[in-house]
Amino acid sequence: MEAIPPRENWPLWEVFIRARQGLDHKHAGSLHAADAQMAIENARDVYTRRNEGISIWVVESRYIHASSPAESGSFYDPANDKVYRHPGFYHLPDELKNM
Amino acid sequence: MDLISTYIIHQADNALILGHRNSEWTGHGPVLEQDIAISNIALDLIGQARYFYQLAAARINESAPGGNITEDDIAYLRDDFEFRNCILAEQENGDWARTLLRQFYFSTYQLLLYQELLKSRDPGIAGICGKSVKETIYHVKWSSEWVIRLGDGTEESRTRMVEAMQTLNPWIPELFIPADFEYEAAATGAGILPDTLKDEWYHRVNRVLESATLPTLLSGKNPLQILSGKRGVHSEHLGHLLAEMQFLQRAYPGCSW
Repeated sequence: MEAIPPRENWPLWEVFIRARQGLDHKHAGSLHAADAQMAIENARDVYTRRNEGISIWVVESRYIHASSPAESGSFYDPANDKVYRHPGFYHLPDELKNM
Repeated sequence: MDLISTYIIHQADNALILGHRNSEWTGHGPVLEQDIAISNIALDLIGQARYFYQLAAARINESAPGGNITEDDIAYLRDDFEFRNCILAEQENGDWARTLLRQFYFSTYQLLLYQELLKSRDPGIAGICGKSVKETIYHVKWSSEWVIRLGDGTEESRTRMVEAMQTLNPWIPELFIPADFEYEAAATGAGILPDTLKDEWYHRVNRVLESATLPTLLSGKNPLQILSGKRGVHSEHLGHLLAEMQFLQRAYPGCSW
């Protein structure tokens, strides 16, 4: 028998929970599980005990590709001085409450 | 005490004792996620026990003018021979395999029972079961998947499941041997005779055991059994469990938060 503790056997999963009908799934956290079925059940027990959700998505963490923090300068800074990208230059009629 | 009250206390004792056993895992689970899962199930069961104890206390107080016993009196101030839980529920946790097999056997039984008790002529019993059925469906699902995972897993996990079966199987028949309070409950329509659940229980359990590639169970005639938790003749384990569970109320009577 190989003596590998279960933590090292079980991959990490990211959990996304939809709180109410019509809302988006939001990242809730991560957990360990042997497979997708177990990940959903663990998510149910870990993240929806207090009525937080009506729908759960799980995805293995290794399938998530992230932007690199080192590139954040070239990635995000150029948007700083380009206010015209925001639709803030229209005059809305007073009657229009929400846009 | 009337036999219907005993019938209600029997349901409560089953849930409390099994719930307490599960709570012994809290902080000791094999992984964090399963520690939370088994603790959730413990809380569900203790919640069910509370409802049944409250119902029983109300009945007992009604029939005794001036009576004011509470759920806590019933849970904390009885000795082991007064408990009416099935012996399966009080069996020690052992390893993870034994704990979840006990849960699987018992939740399958509770689910069939609660579904029948939805039709109970006692609205209190029917109401509690209505609330408890959903919880129990999840307990069956959770434990079934573990039985399959370990039974059809590695050589070690399978060996542990087979050992768990050897330890727990002798306590299955008691579930289906009716006690006096069950005859009375069935006669009045408040409850049912447990042997009416037997075939379906074996059918459902064997279906999961087959998926788990584990040996299936034979439902023979009910054997004669000397120990009977329903009659208050328990295995040695219940006394130890109560010693821990009741310690605080026994050492500091009437203490509260």
